This record gives sequence, structure tokens and C-alpha cells, in this order.
Amino acid sequence: MDYFIELFFSGLTRGSIYALIALGYTMVYGIIGLINFAHGEIYMIGAFTAFIVATVLSIYGFPLLAIVVIAGVAAVVWSSSYAYTIEKIAYKPLRHAPRLSPLISAIGMSIFLQNYVLLAQTSDFLPFPALIPEFAFMEPIAHIVGSSDLVILITTFIVMIILTIIIKFSKIGKAMRATAQDRMMATLVGINVNSVISATFIVGSALAAIGGLLIASHIGQINFYIGFIAGIKAFTAAVLGGIGSIPGAVLGSLILGLTESFATGYVSSDYEDVFAFSLLVLILIFKPSGLLGKTTNQKV
Amino acid sequence: MLKLENVQSGYGNKLAIKDISIEIKKGEIISLIGANGAGKSTTLMTICGVVACRSGRITFQEEEIQKKNPDEIVSMGICQVPEGRHIFPELTVKENLDMGAFLRKDKEQIKRDMDYVFSLFPILAERRNQDGGTLSGGEQQMLAMSRALMAKPQLLLLDEPSMGLAPLVIKQIFEIIGQINKEQDTTIFLVEQNANQALRVADRAYVMENGGISFSGTAKDMLSNPDIQKAYLGI
Repeated sequence: MDYFIELFFSGLTRGSIYALIALGYTMVYGIIGLINFAHGEIYMIGAFTAFIVATVLSIYGFPLLAIVVIAGVAAVVWSSSYAYTIEKIAYKPLRHAPRLSPLISAIGMSIFLQNYVLLAQTSDFLPFPALIPEFAFMEPIAHIVGSSDLVILITTFIVMIILTIIIKFSKIGKAMRATAQDRMMATLVGINVNSVISATFIVGSALAAIGGLLIASHIGQINFYIGFIAGIKAFTAAVLGGIGSIPGAVLGSLILGLTESFATGYVSSDYEDVFAFSLLVLILIFKPSGLLGKTTNQKV
Repeated sequence: MLKLENVQSGYGNKLAIKDISIEIKKGEIISLIGANGAGKSTTLMTICGVVACRSGRITFQEEEIQKKNPDEIVSMGICQVPEGRHIFPELTVKENLDMGAFLRKDKEQIKRDMDYVFSLFPILAERRNQDGGTLSGGEQQMLAMSRALMAKPQLLLLDEPSMGLAPLVIKQIFEIIGQINKEQDTTIFLVEQNANQALRVADRAYVMENGGISFSGTAKDMLSNPDIQKAYLGI
């Protein structure tokens, strides 16, 4: 039973990280109908920023809490400015182009950013400082749920609540929903659609950066390639839950995380991807729009 | 108040409106009638800045607006209810109305204006927490007009408000158009295929054909003009 609970929590942890990334995919898709393939790279850049800031600060002997907060803020700000710039350079000029063009542009951005970090940093795995301490009160159950699992779950939970409040009640949140539902009409009520799109990219990348910081600290190492794999998984989770749907992205991520965790635990870690993607195929066969996605009739 | 001088615009390399001039004075109700594809909706979209104006001048209260962004034009006091209503389907009725007041900051007055539109259309007050997409066609038209009123426009552009509605609802909508014009002192530019109704409520009217203005005059004269009667009123 302990083993089951352990797998369950490690699955939830994984799923939380996927959710933080998947939200960026799904929100951007909801607003401009683009799969932003460079989003995984934003997460990787968030992790690298946190890595550099945390390493420098720990050299100067800052207390752990200050390091976490400063590294987190730096990762969020830096990732957001990347995402903002990418949107302006690579997607905005293609706003009225056929749908395939921005998609290719996104893939190009993803490859560019990976290689840019590879050249600017290194291709080796870098040891990431443990930013999350082992809590004393977690000791009795540490073999089941680690402290960093707990921190990741709680942080993700809080972030989701904040996001829900923003989307549901704030002015920019309502403008995002309106723009996603009917962009032309949003323009006609006076919403500046370009700012809403920028805001969506910024919110999505802030979430990804938080995910990058948490997972890097959890696993303890990073390299330039982590964004690609996590990005693909999170994208899968977003599709699983129904791309464009925010609760769908969270649900899909948790299901994917749990599936992978149980597959690793009870079968073999070699098969985790097999189970994850078989699940995706099965769900898409029976519910092509994803678990919480809407069936839309699209002109082809 | 609004003046279009030799305006041209269109999509791709096709011109949808060619060299049209229209003048609307404060407090008037002006109708623009014409067949399908004559360029009526494009005219409204060009005024709102959604379709780019290729040449000519559009001035609103003496200020040129043809180069401005749609949100700047809304903030100057021009608001459009587009053809097909375009309700935000997954926002509630109240949220749809909030979106109408998106650029306003006077919270107190917004609340009073919401009470005003609820008094115009009591059914919307009943359904304020329902999603916009669940309303009937007539209710959606009422919501679309209310949402535009929430912007407190000086000039309201209405595109085919009667489309697809039952005769009784059409009658109600046109009554309210007259009421808004009088009570709120809102100038109204009405695009309609239902020429009969449109000419009855309007002060003056323009007839559009193939992207150009073919007739203009007072609504009364038009109603008795044999050519117009034959082409648009089915008499």
C-alpha cells in the first residue's frame, strides 16, 4: 500500500509540473489557435535562469528562502520577456497567414532557443542546487512523500487558484476569455487584442517558469534539452484534456502524470511513454476533442 | 458628427466599397439599405477600423479616424452591433455587458447604465447569470444592443438588427431603437435589408448598390419613391 501511495504522489507531482506547462499551451491555443512549440523552451529558460541566479546567490551566502524567492521572480520575469519577444518576432507578423506558417515558425523558434542555450551554456547536465529543504516534520513519511513533492503540489495548487481568480474575475481575464471566444467582437468592444495576446503569452510563460524552477530543484540537474521532452509531454496532456480548455489541461496533466508514475512503478520505466501515449491514442479514439474539449466544426 | 468622404475599402485586391460619401448629423437616425453584398457591412467595419480604409477620409467630430485602431475608435464613442450579433457564448449575460463597458472606468455610472438596459430589456435581467450562448435569437439581439449601449456610445452602428427574428421581436427592437435615440440622445446608423422597417424609423437614408451610393434623401421621400418601392420595398 505504501508503494501505491508513493507512486500516487510522485504521479501527482509529475502531473502538477505538466499542468504548469500545459496551461501555457492551452491558453495560447485558445486565443490564437496556435500550438506554441517554443513553449517547452520557455520552461527550460526559466529553469536555467533560476539555476544561474540561485548559484550566484548561494556563492554570496544568501539565505535559502531569499534565494528561492529571487530565483523564482527572476525566472518568471526572464521567461516572460522571452515569450513576449518571441510572440512579437515570430508569431505576430504571421497573424493573418495560413495556420501552418506560425506553426513552422514556432518549431523554428524552439530549435533556435535550444541551440542558443546549448551554445551559451553547455550540453552537459548541470547540477541544480537543492532549493527545497528536507522538512523535519515530513521525516516520518519521507519514504512515501518527499518534501519537494509536497512543495510542488502546494505551489501548483496555489498558482492554479490565483490563475482561476485572474481568468474568472479580473478585467484582463475576462478580456482573454472574450478574445478566445470571438476575436472580432472583442475588437469591436474596444479590447486591444494585441495586448491580450501578449498578456496570455506572459501568463503562460510565468507558469512554465515556476514549473521549471520546481522540477529542476526536484530532479537536481538541468540541460538544454529538458524543455523539449517536458514540452511534448505537457502538449500531450493538453490535448488529452481538450486543447483550449483550462480545466482540461490540468486534468489531462494529472492523468498523464499518474499513468506514467504507475507504469514506471509496476511495469518498468522503459514503458512509461508507451503507456502515456497509448492512453492518449485511446482517449482520442473515443473522444477526439479530448476529455473536456469542445467539439467544434471547423472549415477545412 | 460622422462624415465619410470618398471612402474606398475592401478585402484582398477586391474593392467592396467604392468612393462613398455619407454624412450623419448628431441626433439623427440614418438608414443604409441595399441588397446582399452591396457593401453595407463593409462600410460599418471600415468606420470601426476593422477593415482598413484604402483612400478617402472618415471624420468623427472633426477628427480623422481612418488611421486609428478599433479600440481607439470605440473609446471616441463609436460602437457597433455587428451582423449576427456576436454574443460571447461562454460569458454570462452580465459579463457580456461588462465587456461592453470595457474601456470605461466610471463604476457608478456603469452600474446605472446596466440598470437602464435591464429596464429596456427586462428579460436580460432575469437571465443575467446565464451564458450568452444559451439565449434565443431575439434575446441575443437584445443583449448585443445592450452590450453596445454599455459603452455609452455617441454613435451607435447597427448591422441588420432584424435578421432572423420573429416579426413581433423585430417590432420591439425597432421601438427600442427609436427610444434609445430619443432618451439617450444617441445618433444611430442603421444598416438593414428590411428596408420597410428601416425607412420608417429613420430620418434620412442612403441606398447602396455594388459598393456605391445610388440614392440618398429623407426617409419619407424614399418611401414614396417608385424606384425604391420597386427595388427594395416590394410594392
